[in-house]
Amino acid sequence: MKKFLIPLVLFFGLVVFLAMGLQRDPREIPSPLIDKPAPAFSLPTLDPAAGNFSPADMKGRVWLLNVWATWCVACRQEHPLLVAFATRHEVPIVGMSYKEIQPQDAQAQTMDAPAKLQFARERSQVWLSRYGNPYVLSVMDMEGRVGIQYGVYGVPETYVIDKQGVIRFKAVGEVTPDILTSKVLPLIQKLNAS
Amino acid sequence: MAPVQIDAPRAPWPAWLCTASLAMWLVGHPPGQAWAQAPLSATTTAPVTSAAQSEVAAPGNGLGPQAAPLSEEPELDARLLLLSEELRCLVCQNESLASSRAELADDLRREVRDLLRQGKSDQAVKDFLVERYGDFVLYRPEVKPLTWLLWFGPFALLIGALVGLWVYLRQRRQQVDTTPALNDDERARVDQWLKD
Repeated sequence: MKKFLIPLVLFFGLVVFLAMGLQRDPREIPSPLIDKPAPAFSLPTLDPAAGNFSPADMKGRVWLLNVWATWCVACRQEHPLLVAFATRHEVPIVGMSYKEIQPQDAQAQTMDAPAKLQFARERSQVWLSRYGNPYVLSVMDMEGRVGIQYGVYGVPETYVIDKQGVIRFKAVGEVTPDILTSKVLPLIQKLNAS
Repeated sequence: MAPVQIDAPRAPWPAWLCTASLAMWLVGHPPGQAWAQAPLSATTTAPVTSAAQSEVAAPGNGLGPQAAPLSEEPELDARLLLLSEELRCLVCQNESLASSRAELADDLRREVRDLLRQGKSDQAVKDFLVERYGDFVLYRPEVKPLTWLLWFGPFALLIGALVGLWVYLRQRRQQVDTTPALNDDERARVDQWLKD
């Protein structure tokens, strides 16, 4: 009896191990930036009248950084949740408009940099006024270079950054109500209390 | 405002698009051409090349203008190519940074190119990417405690299986060896049968 039990246990162990592997999303690559300081940057914001924003401006506050774009479908799916969350005023959400101008925007390809920024701002404003604006401000990462600093590889991505400016959590893909209530909210409460 | 063209839910380039574009690219670049050079130069030095092209005058032999060189910085390109074959495209996860035409791969190549231009070593460039995207960007992850299972797991399994086999075979041989020979009573019965 024991003779059969050992291979059987080993086999089921292997099955469980492989089944766990199948459940995981291969697109979710663990970010090495967790518990590291949020990379510094200084970018123009959606509001042309406001100056540049840099993460240092948020020192002493817990905040969310949400990477989005008007061309991103999943961003629109998660957007109502962000809008609802923003009305609770627990933490400010800073948007990062990631590479708003895409290769398919033929009319924008020949523009110079200020015109491109203008174009991206206008389109983002229209989108936000249509779907609601959860952001205290939104920075414009036109070239996606700051995105690379943050290890962005798919939009949307959301970061929770603590009072010391350290990244504490990253969600790749849309933030679902489940992720929000099970991970983001408890973390924010913990960080706000500290 | 015109309706925004929307395609990919999470990644700007879904996997099938990556595969399709790679297939299209392969059709356009049959082996035998300087195919290894082509994707990099085509995607990362486009402005340089087009600028160079306008400067190259027709040689005047009636054969039309001379082709512009593929690259202005052949040494840098060679390094970029070698390095980016070691790096994974985060969007099309089974492609290297060298072969991927995804937009993020373009951006990352640009970043790597800039770092190389600044005189950074290959290791420094890899470190830069690992700091942001994790070990996953490396096709050959570093050997460290976290990756021991990855590197040595298969060998450990092999050795485990061999040890198991050896133990099993030894047990079986012992069983065969220690199986008692016939006792007197049995021997007498066998002799009886043989006689009959």
